[in-house]
Amino acid sequence: MRVVVDLNRCQAYAQCCYAAPDRFVLRGDEILVYDPAPPASDRAAVDRAVQACPVRAIRVEHEDAPAERPA
Amino acid sequence: MRDGTIVVAGASLAGLRGAEALRTNGFSGRLILVGDEPHRPYDRPPLSKHVLTGEIPPGATTLPGVGTLRAEWRLGTPAAGLDRAGRALLLADGGRVPFDRLLIATGARARAWPAPEEARLSGVHTLRSRDDAAALAAGLAARPRRVLILGAGFIGCEVASSIRSLGLPVTVVDPAPAPLAQALGRVIGGFVAGRMVAAGVDLRLGMRVTRLEGDRAVRRARLEDGGTVEADLVVVALGAVRNTGWLAGAGLDADEGGLSCDGACRALDGEGHPVPDIFAAGDVARFPHPLLGNRPVALEHWGNAVAQAAHAARAMLDGPDSVGPYAEVPAFWSNQFGLTIKSLGLTEGADAVAIVQGSPRAGRFLAAYGRAGRTVAAVSVNAGRWLPAYEGPIRDGAPFPPITGGADQPRPESVPPGLPAPKVA
Ligand SMILES: Cc1cc2nc3c(=O)[nH]c(=O)nc-3n(C[C@H](O)[C@H](O)[C@H](O)COP(=O)(O)OP(=O)(O)OC[C@H]3O[C@@H](n4cnc5c(N)ncnc54)[C@H](O)[C@@H]3O)c2cc1C
Ligand code: SF4
Repeated sequence: MRVVVDLNRCQAYAQCCYAAPDRFVLRGDEILVYDPAPPASDRAAVDRAVQACPVRAIRVEHEDAPAERPA
Repeated sequence: MRDGTIVVAGASLAGLRGAEALRTNGFSGRLILVGDEPHRPYDRPPLSKHVLTGEIPPGATTLPGVGTLRAEWRLGTPAAGLDRAGRALLLADGGRVPFDRLLIATGARARAWPAPEEARLSGVHTLRSRDDAAALAAGLAARPRRVLILGAGFIGCEVASSIRSLGLPVTVVDPAPAPLAQALGRVIGGFVAGRMVAAGVDLRLGMRVTRLEGDRAVRRARLEDGGTVEADLVVVALGAVRNTGWLAGAGLDADEGGLSCDGACRALDGEGHPVPDIFAAGDVARFPHPLLGNRPVALEHWGNAVAQAAHAARAMLDGPDSVGPYAEVPAFWSNQFGLTIKSLGLTEGADAVAIVQGSPRAGRFLAAYGRAGRTVAAVSVNAGRWLPAYEGPIRDGAPFPPITGGADQPRPESVPPGLPAPKVA
């Protein structure tokens, strides 16, 4: 799974941190630290985080990338 | 145009988001992404932040969107030239990739230390790619006695913050009077300087490094005042240069400052005329910005790579007239020393700055920037939620200082921002 947060848009509402506390953490006042490559087993929690974000800043992709080698 | 072949040169953020936008806007033809790095597109902002602190592995930031994109990937091979008449991208391995339309998204690279033999000393790093971050992280794991960072721009400061949080001694040297002075000016940069010093950074402002010394491995840096800094790891963070060298001889208006394009992201030729089938987006693109009276700028912002690539994609499919000029209000963020700094607009040429909400003493404030009585930019420090209200005033060039703060706000006092003298166009 791959995750990216648009940190221009993120306003540190921390809803994602409640939804998926193992993958999203708010540090200090408003620094969001997140796991860009969560394990597939966290899918439900990460999906909840995507839904919970009030500014829709979180993007996730579940599909595997084609093998990381030059074509 | 919805079919045929579109080639994207540069497979990173702008290349990926441009390719995705082509597909979502109905492009059904052949889509080929050419990238010199062997990796699928990945995210760079974490590289100077949580990757250096060891919280995120360097290889973990592959971007969402790579899995579902229906594209052919030509990775690990740089584009080496452009045959404009024959409409083909020429690869360094001798390959030739014909296109109907080309999107150039080759971004930028870290500016190297100017003396090549000093830059080659082991222990001297730059930071742009995943591989650079891995090498730097490995260097830090060996617990250097002191890290020297050349340049107090965003990357230099973020790297300093990450390395301080590892407990390593850090010296930062910059000729400017404050960190981040180029982007934020001396006033707001001065606030950040206070945080850096409080975090234990040995900050040497108004100072230049003249030489890196060592035999095989770097040992020390010589300063212009004759002093030295003993350091066994050096990070050169002197800004970026655009990856346009491969376009030499193609007859496009390109140099280290970018590839010129028009508001519809079409590349400009040597006479300044738009070329119909070649587009550019992201860090590499130098475009006329409406907020600067259409003076050309090349941005180095994540959000610009995303938005401009989408704009270019629409122009490629529906024609330049249907999209209008690209006019996104520039936005970026930075995390360092416990601060989230966010910016909207362009501070360049600003002649006034005022704290319009919060206060530096409280560690939470919003600064507005003005030029000739108009609001041109806003920067929030640990106050991101206040920022969106300033987008309208910036877009409209509202009178400065803008009135958006709550009634509890003190009458803002405006001072010169201490920005470097504007470049003459
Ligand atoms: C360490 C770091 C931290 C950052 N932090 C932030 C931040 O906090 N906030 C923010 O707003 N922005 C940040 N940025 C900036 C942001 O990452 C860039 O604006 C963004 O990556 C630009 O995307 P791009 O696709 O235009 O260019 P790039 O990401 O530079 O990608 C260009 C790609 O093209 C490839 N390429 C180059 N030449 C060729 C060639 N001849 N043929 C084929 N491929 C080629 C390059 O290798 C690269 O893969 C940061 C950048 C770095 C390096
Ligand atoms: S829920 Fe959204 S806005 Fe809030 S911290 Fe998470 S990403 Fe940011």
